[in-house]
Amino acid sequence: MTEEIRFDHQIILQWVEERSRVLDLGCGDGTLLKLLIEHKSCHGTGVEIDEKAIYTCMEKGLTVSHVDIDTGLADYSNKRFDYVILNESLQEVINPQRVILEALRVGKKVIVGIPNFCHVRARLQIFFKGRVPLTKELPYQWYDTPNLRFLSLKDFRYFCKANTIKILQEVGTAGNKRVAFRPNLFANTGMYLLEK
Amino acid sequence: MDIVETQSYTFCEPPNELQLKSGVRLGPITLAYETYGKLNGDKSNAILVFHSLTGDAHAAFYHKGEDKPGWWDPMIGPGKGFDTYKYFLICSNVIGGCKGSTGPASINPKTGKPFGLSFPFVTIEDMVAAQRYLIDHLGIKKLLCVSGGSMGGLQALIWATQYPEYVHSVIAIATNTRHTAQQIALHEVARQAIMGDPDWQGGDYYGKSIPARGLALARMIGHITYMSDKSMDEKFGRKLISKERLGYDFSHDFEVENYLKYRSGNFVQRFDANSYLYISKTLDYFDLSANGKLTDVFAKTKAHFLVISFTSDWLYPSYQSKEMVRALKANDLDVSDIEINSSYGHDAFLVEVEGQSKLISHFLARMQKGFNIN
Repeated sequence: MTEEIRFDHQIILQWVEERSRVLDLGCGDGTLLKLLIEHKSCHGTGVEIDEKAIYTCMEKGLTVSHVDIDTGLADYSNKRFDYVILNESLQEVINPQRVILEALRVGKKVIVGIPNFCHVRARLQIFFKGRVPLTKELPYQWYDTPNLRFLSLKDFRYFCKANTIKILQEVGTAGNKRVAFRPNLFANTGMYLLEK
Repeated sequence: MDIVETQSYTFCEPPNELQLKSGVRLGPITLAYETYGKLNGDKSNAILVFHSLTGDAHAAFYHKGEDKPGWWDPMIGPGKGFDTYKYFLICSNVIGGCKGSTGPASINPKTGKPFGLSFPFVTIEDMVAAQRYLIDHLGIKKLLCVSGGSMGGLQALIWATQYPEYVHSVIAIATNTRHTAQQIALHEVARQAIMGDPDWQGGDYYGKSIPARGLALARMIGHITYMSDKSMDEKFGRKLISKERLGYDFSHDFEVENYLKYRSGNFVQRFDANSYLYISKTLDYFDLSANGKLTDVFAKTKAHFLVISFTSDWLYPSYQSKEMVRALKANDLDVSDIEINSSYGHDAFLVEVEGQSKLISHFLARMQKGFNIN
């Protein structure tokens, strides 16, 4: 039985070229890395801070390093990887600017996936309820969220411009669909392929 | 119950002695060793494991008639982390040791008497050089993995850096790349305890009364460094031994006092004091980066690494493992690492069986897939 591949993972699989060297920052249980190895014959390395997830990655036969993203990049040489992936992990790092610039140093290209904190539902909740948004995609209360950073697709575009980072691709997604029309309003997540 | 017998191999007969790092030549050399599992047809499933300071070649299984298995038996055996259905394990006693390999208690063929302090200084590099003779003798061209904890990890690192063509992968556990001032200091206290015992007699005590008090004290210090504040508190707390209240004298009150006495008493029966001196000094001499940067040391190896450390280990703290991992990554090597949350201190590498077994068995499975003996 083949499990259905998550939509964001499908997009990443389309972007990553065959036999690439990939570093997945915040690789979790290693699902994406395993897919990249199986479907794209990649050489994958994961970085993950959760001890339990390390065991799961090892069980999948992956190479994985038990370190946090903020400090885990400094050791790698320049352009050691073809792709560095920060999918659903950027909003949890302490210094995202440094992490992205470091990722662009060790990787030729960088893939970033961010949750859109300015989705229309979130905006309506702020406007009408006067409360910090709580949606299916942003399920955390203010007091127990792992997210340290709150940004929109638009914020991220501004960030890239200010740091002279080229956006090669941008895809907004909602569920299993691409959002082409006003993604900053209607996409739950933004996926980016970057280069510097 | 799997039974194993210690074997031995003698080599470097004069005039072909082994040139030690100190420049002195040593030979003949005998290594005591044990093997577990079966070497396969193309000899591609061999794993060399190394013991720590006071260990020996008896890593797993049982000696005939004995009721205690080898020191790493929970990790080595059928279906275990180092699965003897799949792999052929080898463990030898280090030179300088006292469990069947050539060491200070061995007879010096030139004098017919035990070496004592006339035994030459051996380094981790020398221990590994001797092991290479054994691996050649067994006809193994390349080891699927070299693995050890503590001092065993140091040997694994020397194998990977000095004989890279022999090593496909390394599992380094609770170990480091150089001994620090704190580690040297703790060893020095232990050595002073031995040498301060009048029975030590300048190391010439064989056939007379042994420096039991000094060696016991050294072992007590060792035991304290192998545990953690938390593991000692959980194991002993302030529990009294068969006493209702404190004795207000210097007899033993606390369980921890009794434990140290009991464990060190056993140790004195099985370990040679001079070996303790030699091997602890060997550890203190260890510094992979003595001749330059640590990143350069790993330049020649192509081995895959699994580096394991433990949160409560203060003897070989995990920051030292992380330093090693950084140097490995800087060399573009394939390295996986984990800091296991454990309260057992340095002893964790012997007792945290479940997590380590999983990590090791999965790592070895991947190593075997990508292993080309040629």
